[in-house]
Amino acid sequence: MTTGAPPAVGGAADIDAPDLNAPDIAAVEETPQVRRRRRLSPGKRLPASRLVGPVLVLALWAVASAAGRLDPAAVPAPWTVLETGVRLWTDGTLTTDILTSLRRAGSGFAIGLTAGVALALAAGLSRAGEALIDGTVQLNRAIPTLGLIPLFILWLGIGETFKIAIIAIVVYIPVYLNTHAALAGIDSRFVELAEVQGLSGFQFVRQIVVPGALPGFFVGLRLGVTGSWLGLVVLEQINATNGLGYLMFQAQNYGQSDVILVGLVVYGVFGLVSDSAVRLVERRVLSWRRTLSS
Amino acid sequence: MATHTEQLTRPAVRLRGLTRSFDDRTVLDAIDLDLPAGQFTALLGHSGSGKSTLLRAVAGLDHEVAGSGRLTAPETVSVVFQDSRLLPWRRVLANVLLGIEGNEAAHRARAALAEVGLAGREEAWPSELSGGEAQRAALARSLVREPELLLADEPFGALDALTRIRMHVLLRELWERHRPSVLLVTHDVDEAIVLADRVLVLDQGRIGLDLTIDRPHPRSYRDPLLGEYRERLLTALGVTEDHK
Repeated sequence: MTTGAPPAVGGAADIDAPDLNAPDIAAVEETPQVRRRRRLSPGKRLPASRLVGPVLVLALWAVASAAGRLDPAAVPAPWTVLETGVRLWTDGTLTTDILTSLRRAGSGFAIGLTAGVALALAAGLSRAGEALIDGTVQLNRAIPTLGLIPLFILWLGIGETFKIAIIAIVVYIPVYLNTHAALAGIDSRFVELAEVQGLSGFQFVRQIVVPGALPGFFVGLRLGVTGSWLGLVVLEQINATNGLGYLMFQAQNYGQSDVILVGLVVYGVFGLVSDSAVRLVERRVLSWRRTLSS
Repeated sequence: MATHTEQLTRPAVRLRGLTRSFDDRTVLDAIDLDLPAGQFTALLGHSGSGKSTLLRAVAGLDHEVAGSGRLTAPETVSVVFQDSRLLPWRRVLANVLLGIEGNEAAHRARAALAEVGLAGREEAWPSELSGGEAQRAALARSLVREPELLLADEPFGALDALTRIRMHVLLRELWERHRPSVLLVTHDVDEAIVLADRVLVLDQGRIGLDLTIDRPHPRSYRDPLLGEYRERLLTALGVTEDHK
């Protein structure tokens, strides 16, 4: 700390001439030294600080396994999980299951995203659309989507269609809600500006409505991505004969905790990669906002 | 010069019995008004006197306001608002280009930005501009459309005093060069006197005073002859000697 040391003048005057030189002391008292306030914010961020916690957990896990403090049947060692993962990958089981799962999540997500955006635009841009759509979606949202599984199995059978349909519903709700809220929240002053500048309806949507609603859309998109993985896990663990969740469900029956952990790691990678991808696109598309926050 | 005088005889804006009311409260009460083409007019009034309502009526922006009367205005009208109203997701040049298309549009937009002193800031984001710069960009956006009528709704109200004086000079220069009809709504008496050739005072929904200010430009705030106009305007606004 550079502020810790008092200035030489103050110290010297106090010691050298305590009583003889009264005006000097007065001068010292008149100009008290500014003490820097105690900082209440946590200060500068450490480099790569977000990795510290996970790496520490991994290290603890490895040390405890090596020391034999963990039951290998309940929590296998990290290297066992890695070995199992490599084995499952090389014999092709894991790749097939991953591809099946990705196809389900991807199709459901794509349909849900399209439906969410289309409905939000229809409800946000016309009063008739709002009257028809908004209340219906709000009602749909009140029912937990996973509770629809029995009904959808009856309607669509237990095949791929019903799984994709459930994931699409899980995705479309947050996409719709956030995009619609963003559309409704577009500043009316910008609408007025568009009228003054003589924009056509199409130009208005493309140049003001869509860019104005994008921040909200991205919030919905990230929630939708998370929702699609959540729906996938539930569907595959209770109603599937293939896919990643089925692999884990089988492993539970045979007591293979290492296989379950491999499945969890893959799910984690899915979630992390998709969220990072959305964030990357968001940063690109909303680059105008960066200047605001920085 | 001859064509200019001739222009002045043809009204750009014509109001006949213009009435506007909100919830049975009459804000504009049967106003008759002609604004000659190319004239710089200021409209003064208290807050709530209806001056913005009048401007919005001329701009065609009063969608859900009850009213009657006849109103004619030119085809190309530009509006400058109190806030710059730049779209935060478009760079400055793209903001100026809002609503105009064509091959030479970008060229014209660059020229307009240069004219308001923003050359070199074309690729900046609106959030990177100061208040004065943002309002200059808004002026460029309204000029690039080459309007016959420029409506300005307290365009300098949110700026600091020094920036405001600079913007006054700029607006007057731009008017000299492009000669649109200008209707400047303001509550600042000095702003109206320094800029406009005709000052209207809106009071209780009617034009209370119609004053032609016959002084050469550029005008100084310290010009003693303008003091007389200031007195008359302040009296029309109901500010008497004891209030000052």
